[in-house]
Amino acid sequence: MTSRNQRRNIVNNVMLTSTGVCAFITVSTLFLILAYLVYNGGKSVNLDFFTKLPLAPGQDGGGMANAIVGSAEIVLLASVIGIPIGFFAGVYLAEFGGKTFSFLIRYTADLLNGVPSIVIGIFAWTVVVVPMHHFSALAGGFALSLMLIPISARSTEQFLLEVPRAMREGALALGASKWRTIASVIVPAARKGIMTGMILGVARISGETAPLLFTSLGNQFWAASLSEPTASLPVMIFTHATAPYEDWHRQAWAAGLVLLGLVLIANISARMIISRGVSLPK
Amino acid sequence: MLVYQLWVTSSLSRHKFGFGFLTSSMWNPVTDQFGAAPFIYGTVLTSFLALLISVPLGVGAAIYLSELALPKLSISLTFLVELLAAVPSVIFGLLAIFTLVPFMRDYIEPALQKVFGDTPFFSGPIFGVGYLTAGIILAVMTFPFIISVSREALMAVPREQREAALALGATKWESTWQIVVPFAKLGIIGSIFLGLARALGETMAVTMVIGNDPSIHASLLSPGYTIAAVVANEFTEASGKTYPAALVELGLVLFVLTMVINALAQVLIVLTTSKGSSKG
Repeated sequence: MTSRNQRRNIVNNVMLTSTGVCAFITVSTLFLILAYLVYNGGKSVNLDFFTKLPLAPGQDGGGMANAIVGSAEIVLLASVIGIPIGFFAGVYLAEFGGKTFSFLIRYTADLLNGVPSIVIGIFAWTVVVVPMHHFSALAGGFALSLMLIPISARSTEQFLLEVPRAMREGALALGASKWRTIASVIVPAARKGIMTGMILGVARISGETAPLLFTSLGNQFWAASLSEPTASLPVMIFTHATAPYEDWHRQAWAAGLVLLGLVLIANISARMIISRGVSLPK
Repeated sequence: MLVYQLWVTSSLSRHKFGFGFLTSSMWNPVTDQFGAAPFIYGTVLTSFLALLISVPLGVGAAIYLSELALPKLSISLTFLVELLAAVPSVIFGLLAIFTLVPFMRDYIEPALQKVFGDTPFFSGPIFGVGYLTAGIILAVMTFPFIISVSREALMAVPREQREAALALGATKWESTWQIVVPFAKLGIIGSIFLGLARALGETMAVTMVIGNDPSIHASLLSPGYTIAAVVANEFTEASGKTYPAALVELGLVLFVLTMVINALAQVLIVLTTSKGSSKG
């Protein structure tokens, strides 16, 4: 009997420790990634990186100013299209909408969220690039906005639903119309949560590469307008890392560090807003 | 609308190759011969390898986070895992191509070959790039999803279930493994499906380490190709009419595959959470 209990205890300890080891391994990969990026990219991140154009392989120096600006343009474009649509869809889902229809929208949004990003890229290619006959920042922005809409719709809905029922009823009892209630009571109450959701969504799409490969393509120089092929940071990382040139590899590391830095800062700050701000009156 | 566009744009290739498209392993743009088998094989194989690694790791970590760790530690570790999920895939690719590939080539793969060299799975020349490397990088990319969803499923198990098991004299592990995990089983399986869908559709990181070889190999060490990778690499260069259509059809295949898996995952997750709340 005792030996059996001993065995049970040993199994208990071994298995519990190994789950701890699993947790340790998974979490440590994040630090491994950060450390490698800082180590390899830190050397190449300097003022030139932010202000100069990329150079041909073999030349020293140069930067990715056009890619940084291009990325900003494309992401801004995607946000201008995606955030309002996602927001209003979210309001609709949370506040209006019957059972079956909103279930349908919700389900579609979740499916759209799960579509592989490369497929989104193909889709944007067929509806924007082919009719326009060339690659453009517009097409890239369109592709990314398709990814942003479901994210922002679902997070808007989620935070609106957290607004207590009493606040809605209070506003309606004071004689406010349904629209008034939503615009001046419910949305302001959920403001912080919604903003956080949007920041997370924008951070997610700013790191996306696959939808941009054949929509905004890439460009070694400044793009003159939104309807021209435009460089972006993720695509630059991809082309520079897979090219066989030493100097380009260094630039790729630097770009990776900058991109990851931006994404992580956005994520961390978004979560800090959440943990402080969303203590809604319950 | 999305499905419709893919359907229409790929019609040329669909009519020309029919269902043979899915089984033919011929991929020759010069003669306009296209078959998807090597890419489907590569996609399924790399995703399978990824799950082989990430499921035990992810579920183990989720058990640790929900059952054992102190609340404070659990919250901060979960936060880190979620950050890991936010890392853009091209960054994983960057790290994989410059650090994982040389490491695999110089240390891991020779060692594997020494031990298992007789089996067909570990034979052939060593490149560093290939199915196994892609599988490993995909594993790192999928376990954040597995951890966070499984953790939620485990947390939804009512407290009484644990207390009852412990009160009957079960050890902590026995209560976790025989009571809590079976209770949350559907949710955990759902999380695995979510991870699988992500692994199947993952493009950038895989494109950078898969090795780009459109044929079927048994050896895990040899280079291959996946659906997403071939589309990413060849789409901008595709000329003529059949070539782009064939690539779009590949996109369609991938789309259908991930949709089915995602839908299954959603259903399973909804089933467990409602089960937890009705009984709790």
